[in-house]
Amino acid sequence: MNKLTNRDELIALRKECAGALALETKRVLVCAGTGCVSSGSMRIFERLKTLMEERNIPVSVELAHEPHGQSVGLKECGCHGFCEMGPLVRIEPQGWLYTKTTLEDCEEIVTRTILCGERIERLSFQKDGTAYPKQDEIPFYQKQTRLVLEHCGQIDATSIREYLGFGGYAAFETALFDRTPDDVIDEITKSNLRGRGGGGFPAGRKWAQVRRQTEPVKYVVCNGDEGDPGAFMDRSVMEGDPHRMLEGMMIAGIATGAQEGYIYVRAEYPLAVKRLRRAIAQAEELGLLGDNILGTAFCFTLHIARGAGAFVCGEGSALTASIEGKRGMPRVKPPRTVEHGLFDKPTVLNNVETFANVPLIIARGADWYKSIGPENSPGTKAFALTGNIVNTGLIEVPMGTTLREVIFDIGGGVRGGKQFKAVQIGGPSGGCLTTEDLDLPLDFDSLKKAGAMIGSGGLVVMDEDTCMVEVARFFMHFTQNESCGKCVPCREGTKRMLAILERIVEGKGEEGDIELLLELADTITATALCGLGKSAASPVVSTIKSFRAEYEAHIREKRCPAGECQKLKRIWIDPALCKGCSKCAKACPVNAITGQIKQPFSIDLSQCIRCESCIATCAFHAILEG
Amino acid sequence: MQPSFDYRAVDEILSLYEKKESNIIAILQDVQERYHYLPREVFPYLASALGVSEARLFSVATFYENFSLEAKGRFVIRVCDGTACHVRKSIPILERLRKELNLSAEKKTTPDGGFTVETVSCLGACGLAPVITVNEQVYPAMTPDKASELVASLRAQLAAEKAGERA
Repeated sequence: MNKLTNRDELIALRKECAGALALETKRVLVCAGTGCVSSGSMRIFERLKTLMEERNIPVSVELAHEPHGQSVGLKECGCHGFCEMGPLVRIEPQGWLYTKTTLEDCEEIVTRTILCGERIERLSFQKDGTAYPKQDEIPFYQKQTRLVLEHCGQIDATSIREYLGFGGYAAFETALFDRTPDDVIDEITKSNLRGRGGGGFPAGRKWAQVRRQTEPVKYVVCNGDEGDPGAFMDRSVMEGDPHRMLEGMMIAGIATGAQEGYIYVRAEYPLAVKRLRRAIAQAEELGLLGDNILGTAFCFTLHIARGAGAFVCGEGSALTASIEGKRGMPRVKPPRTVEHGLFDKPTVLNNVETFANVPLIIARGADWYKSIGPENSPGTKAFALTGNIVNTGLIEVPMGTTLREVIFDIGGGVRGGKQFKAVQIGGPSGGCLTTEDLDLPLDFDSLKKAGAMIGSGGLVVMDEDTCMVEVARFFMHFTQNESCGKCVPCREGTKRMLAILERIVEGKGEEGDIELLLELADTITATALCGLGKSAASPVVSTIKSFRAEYEAHIREKRCPAGECQKLKRIWIDPALCKGCSKCAKACPVNAITGQIKQPFSIDLSQCIRCESCIATCAFHAILEG
Repeated sequence: MQPSFDYRAVDEILSLYEKKESNIIAILQDVQERYHYLPREVFPYLASALGVSEARLFSVATFYENFSLEAKGRFVIRVCDGTACHVRKSIPILERLRKELNLSAEKKTTPDGGFTVETVSCLGACGLAPVITVNEQVYPAMTPDKASELVASLRAQLAAEKAGERA
């Protein structure tokens, strides 16, 4: 491909790509997100390709360059979001979504669907006896507003030409030729775009602060270190629509005067790294990155820095230290990143989703953007819906949508007909919301008031069988493990809190433990150096607030109401069912079971190690748990 | 420099990068990709090539979870213990794997160098929870029994490979 040297060439190329897209009258979009790839979607892709080639069906895996006839587009696209039902295959122009596709289905997809336009009933999503052929009709998608994720599942995630064909880099073009940097910042400020990484700091204000710095060298950094367990929104954008994120970063470059950018990606996301590398190479090849872009004075280059597995690197100053090749430890602020960031230069640091919103705002205007969601938190938010929920997956809804709509209408409620208990929002820095909070609108300010935070957008649903003390212990274990060790409150405080929680779930809790936890939480929150430490105690505080009785049952009655804590499990022999065969006593590795032959046996719980060997050996199902 | 160690692979990696401090992590990652851990011998070599102290390299290598100073097994089994996997019961899977392979939280690699079992905080494949990976391959919707079956088949593969080496 030749480098584009001016605006007209970009417009012409966009037109050419749109024309090539129009010739793909039928399109088969195979989900190539991490979820579907793990369940074998790429083998389905290859099989479909072979089958079509065998039948001499003109198939274009890449958007064609030369004038050509009609063809069937077969594409690797980004995450459709409905991961629970993967591997997913979308059929266009009908807009059908095939779910749980297997290699055996491929032949039929080609002969019936592609050649004859027939729908395969069994592959359509079904619920309560109704089939939902079209993707948009599936309840999971109906209440969503997919803006940032609009291309995920719709376009080839590996092709800059498809992105251009769908109008890509038009916002960048506008920013470069029709606006001044101040105009761009004004538009972002007016849109009230707030950082999607957790804090919700207005992006426009951040950009303006960097623009004001007189230092000639500045950086744009994208935080793709999505470390919250149970969150994968940013990964889906990086994998499914990498160019949109690059476009957002390039616009930030124009607005702030930066000439270089870094994308910091988690080590656990190899596919995202691969797609981003490819996207950057494609943009360089077209001259959209590099020197004198499109014949202007604007120069911009992008680099990828791979993380190496440290949660704390999601914190701004730790992230920049890591890019510099150092231990990723936060530093005292001020000075802030906008003044002294990467390599000590002024730096714009936003997360993936924030940058992905930017092209939308520049292309459609701040007024349009503000018409979505509440005034103080406009726009949409992507959430990863996981845990004990029917429809696990990636969703995008307008800010201000209630938790009830997200969990029950989109998510389909709790798995296995169980009762909803709580939802953890914001990962290890966030809090638990309960049935009482179901009508809470999901936006930055409402959640803050409720003692939780939107965080990066992970929603982990928990059912009645989940022990909230164990959840608190789990998060504390995570944070303790990830504490960088620089400041004492976090390093020592989280250790002490974890020790208390471990004691409680083992049935060794003492009176006063809850108060001690709260006191430690107060101190850590007030004195820790960075966001990781300051929010480390949040899951504990919020579970104590909503589920204090559960803590008390563990401490006072040595009982786990949810029946999850292994060490508090009660295993007992039902005398009515026991035949006194002594098999269990022989199986018990610690001789905790005693009794006389042909008389009911009994278990000494002080000896029992809850290995459940006895349950497995009993032929009469006389040994029960609970 | 250790005369017994073949530094050609390290030289190859070094040739891809500008020799500056900000590339330390990327270089260590490439070395680890090549050897599956960071061999002790490469530290003095890299330190002199990059013009930094060995301590500086160790500080980075020991800070990040992904770096390992110990050799890992032929099959590295990583059990995801992210929140989504955790609430869908990933711990019984971890326990089963450790039991099958006679490993623990401290003892992560089998003495024959066949298996390493470790946890990872989140692989981002929450839709398929609970998830484990063996080397790069992802195994979705695991159960303890499926984990036992997997270990059996990996053991068979390992035995076949060893037989192949002998032959």
